[in-house]
Amino acid sequence: MANLSVNIGKLQLKNPVMTASGTFGYGLEFTDFMDISRIGGVFMKGTTIRHREGNFYPRMAETPQGMLNAVGLQNKGVDYFISDIYPKIKDFSTHMIVNVSGSTIEDYIACSEKINELENIPAIELNISCPNVKQGGMAFGTDCHSAAQVISAVRKVYHKELIVKLSPNVSDISAIAKTAESEGADAVSLINTLVGMAIDIEKKRPVLSTITGGLSGPCIKPVALRMVYQTARAIKIPVIGMGGISCWQDAIEFILAGATAIQIGTYNFIDPTISVKVVDGINAYLDRHGHASVSEIIGGMSID
Amino acid sequence: MKKFMADLHVAENVSLNTNYFLLKLWQAERLPEMLPGQFVQVLVEGSSTTFLRRPISINYVDRDKNQLWLLIQKVGEGTQKMSELKAGDIVNLMYPLGNTFTLPSTHKKADGSEPKILLIGGGVGIAPMLFLGSHLKAMNFSVNFLLGARSCADLLQLEDFDKFGKVYTTTEDGSAGEKGYVSQHSLLKNTDFDFIYTCGPQAMMHVVAAFAKQRGIFCEVSLENMMACGIGACLCCVENTTDGHICACTDGPVINIKKLKWQI
Repeated sequence: MANLSVNIGKLQLKNPVMTASGTFGYGLEFTDFMDISRIGGVFMKGTTIRHREGNFYPRMAETPQGMLNAVGLQNKGVDYFISDIYPKIKDFSTHMIVNVSGSTIEDYIACSEKINELENIPAIELNISCPNVKQGGMAFGTDCHSAAQVISAVRKVYHKELIVKLSPNVSDISAIAKTAESEGADAVSLINTLVGMAIDIEKKRPVLSTITGGLSGPCIKPVALRMVYQTARAIKIPVIGMGGISCWQDAIEFILAGATAIQIGTYNFIDPTISVKVVDGINAYLDRHGHASVSEIIGGMSID
Repeated sequence: MKKFMADLHVAENVSLNTNYFLLKLWQAERLPEMLPGQFVQVLVEGSSTTFLRRPISINYVDRDKNQLWLLIQKVGEGTQKMSELKAGDIVNLMYPLGNTFTLPSTHKKADGSEPKILLIGGGVGIAPMLFLGSHLKAMNFSVNFLLGARSCADLLQLEDFDKFGKVYTTTEDGSAGEKGYVSQHSLLKNTDFDFIYTCGPQAMMHVVAAFAKQRGIFCEVSLENMMACGIGACLCCVENTTDGHICACTDGPVINIKKLKWQI
């Protein structure tokens, strides 16, 4: 049994496997299928300062080895999270992390301030990369100047671990990552979904009500892996890798590319127990290769 | 209700006609409690273009044989692959998912008569109606089924429906039952129903819902929105309702027409 624990800033994870925001609800949806305490953490559904109804149906299109979504941050707002969700999740034996989204800098600040007061939420993931909202979201994460503004503003009011979730829909993701680092983020997580689309050729209409949406699933893994590799080389703070991970081998690839921890997203829909299987797979891999800990292989890809 | 992920064995895969098949699944342990209206998420193996699980209504639970029936229409590669499953093959399910129909609470109305119950199914939408009918029959309610199809070859499971209630049919080409759509059947003109439950093509459910709404009849529909997770995590299958966007997979698939924002 290898030592699976890793650190994201001051946050110690029992293992590097977590679940991605928007694919795991609040964790409650999965407790019939798996033991949440077996994984390193849960990134909960995107939360905004106010209630959001999200986009109109249809919001989803199946694609080869993946799917497009255009949910549009549907959630009942941060006050509902605090009153109705937090009491149910605060005693889970793993790190429960809130994904904070917004349309304006003031929204991000107000939401982060409220989450800062919750004792059992050790970190937030600042979502500056949602492709499915008209205002804000990805607009903050595709430009270094606006990214710096929102990250520094939240850093002033949020005093626990601040993880910034990066958009892949940029020409140089490592530049945004450097901005996050210099503005005080404790870690970055990447990648959010890639903007894509699908057309119903019989109706000659877009499949999604929003025309474009976010692509996720195994089809994006090679792109995500490349971005994690580039980002990990560019910054000193930890990188949390995600994008199409569907098995423990994928997770090992991300760790070798430089990720300190990983998130599993869309594949939770296919196998709600996949995260636990990935924990077990990583452990067996480390034992087989004679590594005493996960830390020994972070960024361990040899390019000689 | 606890949900499970489990490997079930194919007991039998019966081809009903060129478009439909009945998959009977079995497991060694007693099947868990399942309610009419609920569905399963089927993992499709061996299909390169199929990524997500396929949500399929529970058609019937045979407690004597410990079998779960899924009535499936071939619509794409996923369902095509499922049609090729053979006895002994393994199928991975997440189940039982979703809510259930609201059943009549009493066997006697204020005037002492029995509530008149109609279950309307069109196409593959007949699938949950068999399971619902079996439950109502077990509770000693009298059940009427109104089943619609394109032609007599697509009228399926009639012998099974016969066991649980009186069966009326329509076909678009008039090859069996009354010619036309279920919404045109004379039964609707001649009987004052108290409860209508329906599942089928969107256009059919709209007409049935409008009929029920005009007459003030209690009516629930089972939605067939496209789903990804099936457990309320992804928020993809939403229906716009008087309560806002709700998940068809957890707050549905069964929804009272009073909640729907359909133009009816």
